[in-house]
Amino acid sequence: MASLRCFLRSGKNAVSLVLRREFSKSSPVSVQVNVRDALNQALDEELERDERVFLLGEEVAQYDGAYKVSRGLWKKYGDKRIIDTPITEMGFAGIAVGAAFAGLRPICEFMTWNFSMQAIDQVINSAAKTYYMSAGQQAVPIVFRGPNGSSAGVAAQHSQCFAAWYGHCPGLKVLSPWNSEDARGLLKAAIRDDNPVVFLENELMYGVPFELSEEVLHKDFVIPIGKAKVERQGTHITLVSHSRCVGFCLDAAAVLAKEGIECEVVNLRTIRPLDVETIEASVMKTGHMVTVEGGWPQYGVGAEICARIMEGPAFNYLDAPAVRVTGVDIPMPYAKILEDHSVPQIKDVIFSVKKVLNM
Amino acid sequence: MQKMMTIISNVLRGSASRNGAQVVSEAASMVVSSRSYADFTPEATFDIKKVDLHRLEEGPPLTSTLTREDGLKYYRIMQTIRRMELKADQLYKQKIIRGFCHLYDGQEACAVGIEGGITLSDHLITAYRAHGYTLTRGGTVREIMAELTGRRGGIAKGKGGSMHMYTKNFYGGNGIVGAQVPLGAGVALACKYLGTGQLCVSLYGDGAANQGQIFETYNMASLWKLPIIFICENNQYGMGTSVERASASTEYYKRGDYIPGLRVDGMDVLCVREATKFAADHCRSGKGPILMELQTYRYHGHSMSDPGVSYRTREEIQEVRSKSDPISMLKDRMLSNNMASIEELKEIDIEVRKEIEDAAQFATTDPEPPLDDLCSHIYANEKPFEPMAFMDWNPSLPPNIHQRLPTRSCPTHVFNRPSARALVQTLYTQRECPAGAIPPYTLTQSNFTCSLMLH
Repeated sequence: MASLRCFLRSGKNAVSLVLRREFSKSSPVSVQVNVRDALNQALDEELERDERVFLLGEEVAQYDGAYKVSRGLWKKYGDKRIIDTPITEMGFAGIAVGAAFAGLRPICEFMTWNFSMQAIDQVINSAAKTYYMSAGQQAVPIVFRGPNGSSAGVAAQHSQCFAAWYGHCPGLKVLSPWNSEDARGLLKAAIRDDNPVVFLENELMYGVPFELSEEVLHKDFVIPIGKAKVERQGTHITLVSHSRCVGFCLDAAAVLAKEGIECEVVNLRTIRPLDVETIEASVMKTGHMVTVEGGWPQYGVGAEICARIMEGPAFNYLDAPAVRVTGVDIPMPYAKILEDHSVPQIKDVIFSVKKVLNM
Repeated sequence: MQKMMTIISNVLRGSASRNGAQVVSEAASMVVSSRSYADFTPEATFDIKKVDLHRLEEGPPLTSTLTREDGLKYYRIMQTIRRMELKADQLYKQKIIRGFCHLYDGQEACAVGIEGGITLSDHLITAYRAHGYTLTRGGTVREIMAELTGRRGGIAKGKGGSMHMYTKNFYGGNGIVGAQVPLGAGVALACKYLGTGQLCVSLYGDGAANQGQIFETYNMASLWKLPIIFICENNQYGMGTSVERASASTEYYKRGDYIPGLRVDGMDVLCVREATKFAADHCRSGKGPILMELQTYRYHGHSMSDPGVSYRTREEIQEVRSKSDPISMLKDRMLSNNMASIEELKEIDIEVRKEIEDAAQFATTDPEPPLDDLCSHIYANEKPFEPMAFMDWNPSLPPNIHQRLPTRSCPTHVFNRPSARALVQTLYTQRECPAGAIPPYTLTQSNFTCSLMLH
């Protein structure tokens, strides 16, 4: 401001004033970042920020990560902070939890969440329940992360979705990001959280790029845990989803919009604690609901959402029973045609929306 | 059964060789009681049983020097553990303690000896037979007993119970057999990472010794040279299964394979102490993990629901009690070396009994935790979190019934909005409803599941 007055007083040419760059309205800097890189940057920033944070898991160090999520970190931080483990999930998950007991902030990577079943006792009995059992004396600031759910052609033992299993347990926080912004903000929030967090990534999303604004790229950008996001506003029906299926919902919404059906898409972001308020507000607005998830239907995330809607005020606003779109209730087959039909597709979402709206 | 007895008595008799104290006569005791404390031997050196070694050139020393002060301290703590466990037994039979209760009497020398070889700034984790360790790690008898009876004055405010007691640098109390061993290695990792020079003692039993996760832990602890002392408390029985029936190799001190090991007489507090000191030195010098097997014995059954005599004989238990009891062993040593008088030790017994009575009184009269505590301590460092069941819950219903009232005020425009169905109908006024169309809201299970698959 003062310099501007100086210019005027000195009687400088008006043209040079115009040519001076404007102060406040620079164009927003946004960058294309895929989910893998978003996770990588989040890990890097959190490792830098807090000395107590460290990463352990199979192939995370010298291999740069089985899915390259931890690329470059070992080179930068060394053996002390990025630790390659032998193929002993129960052992290294227990070690990670013990380290959290003693004041460190470990990030324990499971190469996929299927392998967490070998270590599930440590996640639930040693991590999730300890704060409660000790009446608040022993906190467990740990993050368990890794790809969850179906991939491509990896068959039955490598394709299970664990959102419902871990979402069932009190004491845990369970996060399921969809895009790069979710991945970045939620991972940073998880690492900064003093509680055991189960972080469910998705392998098929790793390579998908999204635009991230400057605000998101800031090193202190965190997304609050326990808050869902309405990705798309709508008036006729609410689609509730998490992880990769959010993309399907948005694609389905785009197709349906051409037919005049406006879908509201809710991205859960957090499985536990579930943001039932956002879902309820949306259902009270639209009167219809479809949940979409990759996991199996029985006792799943969609089942929980339907139960909560029914128990609460939103029930009175429903014009039709809610419908769940889920993975088919079978172990994942290998053949492509069978695999394609085992997971929700955009056409399933469209079909269900029309069913609920009775079209 | 006979074979079992022979093995056990052979194992433990070796440690009994130093016990031969004579009971002082009445006259002598009168003379002794008039002596001042300055007349007592301030310290004495005892021969202790040689330790079996695995992958070690040298072991702990064959003698141990005990000061009068330490002797009285160990005696008091061991007696406290003994009396506390017996009181717990009593309270359990009166149904004042419920659920699981795994008693430690007979094994006192392990807890006390280990603590004698490390410091309170070191770390320790054990399994469910944890009352003794909770005490040696800094808990009070009152807190421990009130936790057993589930009262708010308990060491975990009544929320943990027998198997989940915690104090500073003591991580429980763990219910899942074997799970505590990797946890202990994690604590050791933190010690190394933070450069504190502390170590972690990670205990497990002969039953847990076959757990896969323990071998996984041996591997990682050795690879990364973690400052951890693995301790196998071999009390000869994993629940009702004797070691011969459970393990292909009962030489638990060798089961660490590439990890150096010691087999130690766990009924002799001095033996345990010297071995622990040796092991601690090994860890602190950066050599990595070390394994100790403590040969010990529990007088009670596995837990209060196990009488403990279906898989072992009363004679065997009696034999161990008479020949190898850790408290008697220490007492005899001190008396025969004039380190304490019988009156003094009796005084300690009386004081301990009083402490236990007082604690039991507290544990039976302290109120139970308030109902507000039901849902507290779910998450750390947050505003008191209300689990889902409690959001807008109907106060006339108990917390485990999930029904929420429509307490949110409803904006009027919502009532007035046309339903989506009506909106959609207006878009499709031209469309004929096919004859025999399924009326709305009859999405049955069969037609829905099929339709999902048959687009």
